[in-house]
Amino acid sequence: MSAAAATAAASYSLVRQPAMETGLLEVSMGPHHPSTHGVFRMDVRLDGETVVALKPVFGYLHRNHEKLAEGMSYLASMPFTDRLDYFNSMTNNWAYALAAEQLLPIEVPERAQYLRVIMAELTRLVNHTSLVGFFLNDLGALGTPLLYAFRERERILDLFEQASGARMMCNYFRFGGLRCDVPEGWLARARAVVDAFPRFLDEFEKLLCENEIVLARTQRVGVLSGAQAVNAGITGPMLRASGVNYDLRKVDRYGIYERFAFRVPLGSAGDCYDRFMIRLLEMRESLKILDAALRDIPTGPVMGNAPRVFKPAASETYGRVESPKGELGFYLIADGTTKPYRYRVRPPSFINLTVLEDLCVGHTIADAVVILGSVDIVLGEVDR
Amino acid sequence: MTEQINVVAQEVPGFTRAELEQAGVLLSSVEGLYNWARGGSVWPLTFGLACCAIEMIASATSRFDIARFGSEVFRPSPRQADLMIVSGTVTKKMAPQVVRIYNQMPEPKWVIAMGACAISGGPFKQGYNVLKGIDRYLPVDVYLPGCPPRPEAVLQALNYLQEKILNIRIEQDPAFTAGRRQYPVPRFTGTDLEPPYNPEVWRPPANPNTEPARPKKAATA
Amino acid sequence: MSTPAWHEPVLQQFPAVRWDGAARALIVPPELARAVAEWLTQPDHGAWDFCSNVTGVDYLPREVKEKSKRPDGTEEIVVRTEPGSLQVVYHLYSVAQRSGPLVLKQVVPRQAPAAVSLTPVWRSCELQEREVYDLFGVSFEGHPDLRRILMWDEFTGHPMRKDYAEPQDYEWEPTPHGDVLEKHRRGKVIIA
Ligand code: SF4
Repeated sequence: MSAAAATAAASYSLVRQPAMETGLLEVSMGPHHPSTHGVFRMDVRLDGETVVALKPVFGYLHRNHEKLAEGMSYLASMPFTDRLDYFNSMTNNWAYALAAEQLLPIEVPERAQYLRVIMAELTRLVNHTSLVGFFLNDLGALGTPLLYAFRERERILDLFEQASGARMMCNYFRFGGLRCDVPEGWLARARAVVDAFPRFLDEFEKLLCENEIVLARTQRVGVLSGAQAVNAGITGPMLRASGVNYDLRKVDRYGIYERFAFRVPLGSAGDCYDRFMIRLLEMRESLKILDAALRDIPTGPVMGNAPRVFKPAASETYGRVESPKGELGFYLIADGTTKPYRYRVRPPSFINLTVLEDLCVGHTIADAVVILGSVDIVLGEVDR
Repeated sequence: MTEQINVVAQEVPGFTRAELEQAGVLLSSVEGLYNWARGGSVWPLTFGLACCAIEMIASATSRFDIARFGSEVFRPSPRQADLMIVSGTVTKKMAPQVVRIYNQMPEPKWVIAMGACAISGGPFKQGYNVLKGIDRYLPVDVYLPGCPPRPEAVLQALNYLQEKILNIRIEQDPAFTAGRRQYPVPRFTGTDLEPPYNPEVWRPPANPNTEPARPKKAATA
Repeated sequence: MSTPAWHEPVLQQFPAVRWDGAARALIVPPELARAVAEWLTQPDHGAWDFCSNVTGVDYLPREVKEKSKRPDGTEEIVVRTEPGSLQVVYHLYSVAQRSGPLVLKQVVPRQAPAAVSLTPVWRSCELQEREVYDLFGVSFEGHPDLRRILMWDEFTGHPMRKDYAEPQDYEWEPTPHGDVLEKHRRGKVIIA
């Protein structure tokens, strides 16, 4: 148990009724539980409805991604990265391609750079809309917001399918570029989707942002301070909701992000509401980037001069991108063969769970569900 | 089933079945009606394991709309569910829970193994923590290949299942004859699961050099 | 990629710390790790407030062939065995100064590996060090909650180590190509 949670638990005294025995209740939520977004488990200790202690239990989806990747060639791991965070295959691909391109520098052509940005930002839209849908599901708005969100998601998945051949597992990036160019007319169709998107956001925000139940259930729930967030390695929207201005698209300026004007939304309270709003605001910024990228994209090749066999010299590298969930990093050690000696994924949603206990202690168990929802986890990435 | 209906139809002298239908009289056996009804209201369990679960959710949303086939009521509790869609990678750490959930479901119950992972371990087959197919522990009714299968494929799998349900002979259905099917929950050992498979539903290949592993023929088929 | 010389003040302050130029990493002796980590978080020592990534790397013992000259001028090839090691790698960034990465490594022997936990300094190490403990078998002194995290509690062995071999009763089916076929030929099959 962490220090903060320990003090909270120690200073907590059981509500005692005279002439009635009360005790703590231990509940194991998950791995099969509709609110855990997959096969995650929380062992919760409750006093009445209040959470006194909470232990996350991992590993129910540990698929040995790292071990498998160490036994295959560099490129063969690319489709496996799709299955890490299965909402965001494009950004996963990018993070891996970025790390590999640091091992063996390959010039990425202009058009590919633009398409990478377009795909990554579309992915961000997919992730954030779905997240908002699931989050409201956790709040008790069963179904309806999720149906709205998935309706929009389908439009973007159609674009992915036209470009890469697959809806979810795109496997579209290659070291030095992209697997293939987008088909004819794709940019116009993407433009139509991007142009129609703000209408959906307006509708969504009008329905949700000032909804009384949403406000009551999320404001001042699960407050995370900025200093605590940095120390606990929290990244992505969750870090920015705590008011820390750290967006890798601005800090590292990977790809061609320095060419686009966009702002980084920051929260002030660090509660569930901020975490929820940050995602809505980030979608607006993503739309700005998409707008500019679709306008400026040049023609040309999409694949750089990559060697036929990817065989970097012995070295090691760490490459990271701002995935919709946070900092997704790949740590690769090359030993001069065609297989990585060590292949490590730094999963953002796994590390974002470090503070889960601190956030939940003192709230009711229904709030624990909301807090978990606001962290935005995907089990494929948490357990790998 | 059609045969039985025809037999009934012949018992109404002077009319063919088509003529009766035109007059608004539908004929069926009890079994046919019963199977038709329960095939059209299969309630799946809200049970997502990995990537495939997202496509399962997508099949329930407005575009694909599984409600057209009567299966929109996803039940979080296994006690109220008829169908378990094993959607995603079953790890060894998760396998006992999956069996346990299956045991908790009431009869009649069906299983769809969705995705390469649930069928055989899929892309992660060689992993040290990955179960090489859920059919080692549970009787699978429909295998749905794909990685992930598209939502349309989920609907098709459901259609296949409905077809299967339509052809069930009640008197031979283990759901009615054998009581609630419960299978042993595997235990964890230092390296693996014990037992590594359920001999009631799966057998390892006699000669693995020539013969692939396969599940025992399901009794209901 | 050339990184600025963030490591140099550390080397001056702690003479026992080595700089591995090939890996671009600071090799910190485990007993010093806590002190170095705490020193690094200070604002005027780089403000390394964000420990992004923690992981393990397993190096097996290997044979190295070296040429050496005999006193009479002839050459001789000497084969010596380099002992294996386990490394715990930390990637540090500074959110305050937007710099990084600075790589720290604790190198521990493969037999009874014991490193020092940096969780008290950077909370982000908590789950990741547990993962290294689970998959590599490195124990961390000072970790608040060192248990297996991904594998089940009864599990023995550390699967991410390079010499981890699946047990003989490993469920396995033939797939007719490559390594798998080879394994198959060696008769590693399920006994019915
Ligand atoms: S079959 Fe493919 S998509 Fe489905 S769970 Fe397995 S890896 Fe994921």
